[in-house]
Amino acid sequence: MRIRYFAWLKHRVGCAEEVLEPPAEVATLATLKLWLAERHPGFAEALASPGVVRCAVNQEYVPEDVPLRPGDEVAFFPPVTGG
Amino acid sequence: MIRVQAAPLDIPGELADFARDRTDIGAVASFVGLVRADHAGLPVTAMTLEHYPGMTERQLGVVEAEARRRWPLQDSLVVHRVGRMMPGEAIVLVATASAHRRAALDACSFLIDWLKTDAPFWKLEETPDGERWVEARAEDDAARARWAATAP
Repeated sequence: MRIRYFAWLKHRVGCAEEVLEPPAEVATLATLKLWLAERHPGFAEALASPGVVRCAVNQEYVPEDVPLRPGDEVAFFPPVTGG
Repeated sequence: MIRVQAAPLDIPGELADFARDRTDIGAVASFVGLVRADHAGLPVTAMTLEHYPGMTERQLGVVEAEARRRWPLQDSLVVHRVGRMMPGEAIVLVATASAHRRAALDACSFLIDWLKTDAPFWKLEETPDGERWVEARAEDDAARARWAATAP
């Protein structure tokens, strides 16, 4: 699974991208967030503030309970500020 | 049409090409977003736009398709710049063409409102106090929500 971080979140986590194989019990976006929070204290800190971390799976906005598959690309980022 | 580019935007050139040689268009509306030299009490000396290549184009495509579903548009254009730019330079151009002004103006407004909340871009400002990431504004969410409430 390819995990990507953008904007200030990549500085908090310490990398822009990592390829990981989460255990089988990490089956949804919600559980992946908790699993990543254990690995990266900076990510856990960002998650603690509601609405600060947005997610996409395979470049689409999806609900938290969406099932994840091994080849998925999952991205985490702050609220967007383009335009 | 959707385009994301590092090169400076050629606004007069883009608008001259947009809807060229069409005689069924009665109205062209456009919006240009520019880098401001001040923000939240500090001078801004430069700005860098980061984005999520691939998802950016995909989300802009979703927003454009939604505009074309809601309004009778003959054409639409979104050109967004990425990378480092200076105050006064254009960040984004949105243009819409329709037979009548209301559809063109509303669709243009809708496109920039939805782009601001849905397309994965992030602004990093350079100020005399150092770099800082621009925070999302609640007004932008409200602007998007306004269109949800008025969906035709």
